[in-house]
Amino acid sequence: MNDVLAFISAHINLFYILILMIFVGVEVINSVPSVLHTPLMSGANAIHGVVIIGAIIVLLNADPNNYVELILGFLAVILGTLNVVGGFVVTDRMLEMFKKKPAKK
Amino acid sequence: MNNTAIILDVIYLVGSVTFITGLKMMGKPDTARRGNSYAAFGMTLAILGTIFLHDGPIAPIIYGMLFGAFAIGGIIGWMVAKKVKMTAMPQLVSLFNGMGGACAALISIMEFHAHAGDMKTIMMVMAGLIIGSISFSGSMIAFAKLNGNLNSNPRIPFYNIINALILLITLGVGAYITLGNITDFMWPCIDLALALLYGIMFVLPIGGADMPVVISLLNSFTGLAAASGGFLYHNKVMLTGGILVGSAGTILTIAMCKGMNRTLFSVVFGAFGAGSAAAEAGGASGGSIKDISVSDAAVLMNYSKKVVIVPGYGLAVAQAQHVMHELEALLEERGVDVKYAIHPVAGRMPGHMNVLMAESNVDYSKLREMEDINPEFENTDVVFIVGANDVVNPAAKTNPASPIYGMPILEVERAKNIIVNKRSMAAGYAGIDNELFYNPKTSMLFGDAKKVVTELVAELKTM
Repeated sequence: MNDVLAFISAHINLFYILILMIFVGVEVINSVPSVLHTPLMSGANAIHGVVIIGAIIVLLNADPNNYVELILGFLAVILGTLNVVGGFVVTDRMLEMFKKKPAKK
Repeated sequence: MNNTAIILDVIYLVGSVTFITGLKMMGKPDTARRGNSYAAFGMTLAILGTIFLHDGPIAPIIYGMLFGAFAIGGIIGWMVAKKVKMTAMPQLVSLFNGMGGACAALISIMEFHAHAGDMKTIMMVMAGLIIGSISFSGSMIAFAKLNGNLNSNPRIPFYNIINALILLITLGVGAYITLGNITDFMWPCIDLALALLYGIMFVLPIGGADMPVVISLLNSFTGLAAASGGFLYHNKVMLTGGILVGSAGTILTIAMCKGMNRTLFSVVFGAFGAGSAAAEAGGASGGSIKDISVSDAAVLMNYSKKVVIVPGYGLAVAQAQHVMHELEALLEERGVDVKYAIHPVAGRMPGHMNVLMAESNVDYSKLREMEDINPEFENTDVVFIVGANDVVNPAAKTNPASPIYGMPILEVERAKNIIVNKRSMAAGYAGIDNELFYNPKTSMLFGDAKKVVTELVAELKTM
């Protein structure tokens, strides 16, 4: 129990972010036309690629002489990069279609 | 706190703001593309900040590996995302989602030793491990299903109970590791295997038609996995991005379910197909179908005042969008009013069809959403259905036993003539029969969509 309380007090600002972001997420997505659901999902997919930050931290903190750590960290960064780059590029390709075309005569 | 750390924090703050505004802007067609660029910019900033404002020395080998990994992941990701056909978008999103999940799981595996025994942080390590692994293996199954590599929806008896059991054991082992201060590396490996198994079992029985919902759900899972990393590293940008996606993804999942008139519960626990036996018994009364030749169809459309085209996934698969646009232009030239009726879930995901049609330069104003076009069918001469099936199935309104009962549909049966182009009499994605084909007003035009529409165009040109 004390451990849990200590954890909460050590991370209290993170808990505030957690709660507030839940509301922001709901608010941002609400009342979006269904036409945009696919690109939106793809965009959200790219944003959770932020997990790459964790992969970078792991690799930066890895022991340069520990090859297992290095290789796993290397893999993690590759996977994260795939998520980020692929996610944003695919979303961009989809949204490119939604730009307004000049009206035809 | 030294200055570099403060600057890094500010960078993370900017990153978080770009994620929120970016996602907000993606909710409107005009600003959507810019919103995506904002978020991408924020992400780049956060990544660069993490590397160059890192506290402490970095060995050259690590720099090398870091940028090597960026190059490999970046080039592959870029190429795949640029090359893939628009029809294959949904599985691609699933694939990239799986990569994020795997990344989160790998981070947790690597962090286990450093945190083993510390209950407060190991809890977050285990959360990232379990959620990330489920998201990874689930996304891979969803990818294989949408890609057509995996078609069966096996339903072993009591599968709901078995799945619940696997999930319970997975969580149980996670709790055991957390509360029991376990330091043996074997245990997280066991839990990893269990979570991967659960991801597979979770998605495997779900039918293809529900896959977008599942991908969206797994998408928010990966968000949560990223957020657990935020707690682990006390990293606010990971937390913001992760929770934002977790929460927005959940709302999006529910919105998608509503579009298909399904509940999340029925998607996850009872897939399509369970009720289809009853539907077949009640719905398809058999009856005869009527063929129409290409030239008759061309004549019919040529002398119509109003034609509504209902494009489905079959049209996109046959890559017939461009020639369809040609047909539409040709008819318009002859004074026929042509519209496209887009069902919200036409294609493989909500909005997918709009993307596909826009790709072939179809005028945005010709694409009509379901609520707008339904009242217009009354005075439509010809409805031309190309590669669509379930979205025009009247069983959704008339047959309570049908698995798609209650789903809003395009009410094409109110038009004067209905021409259906299909490759064969095979059932649609939901795997159910369509009584529309037996309607006396309906004529069937069998053949590959691209071939048929090309022939129609050629025929029209001779008139």
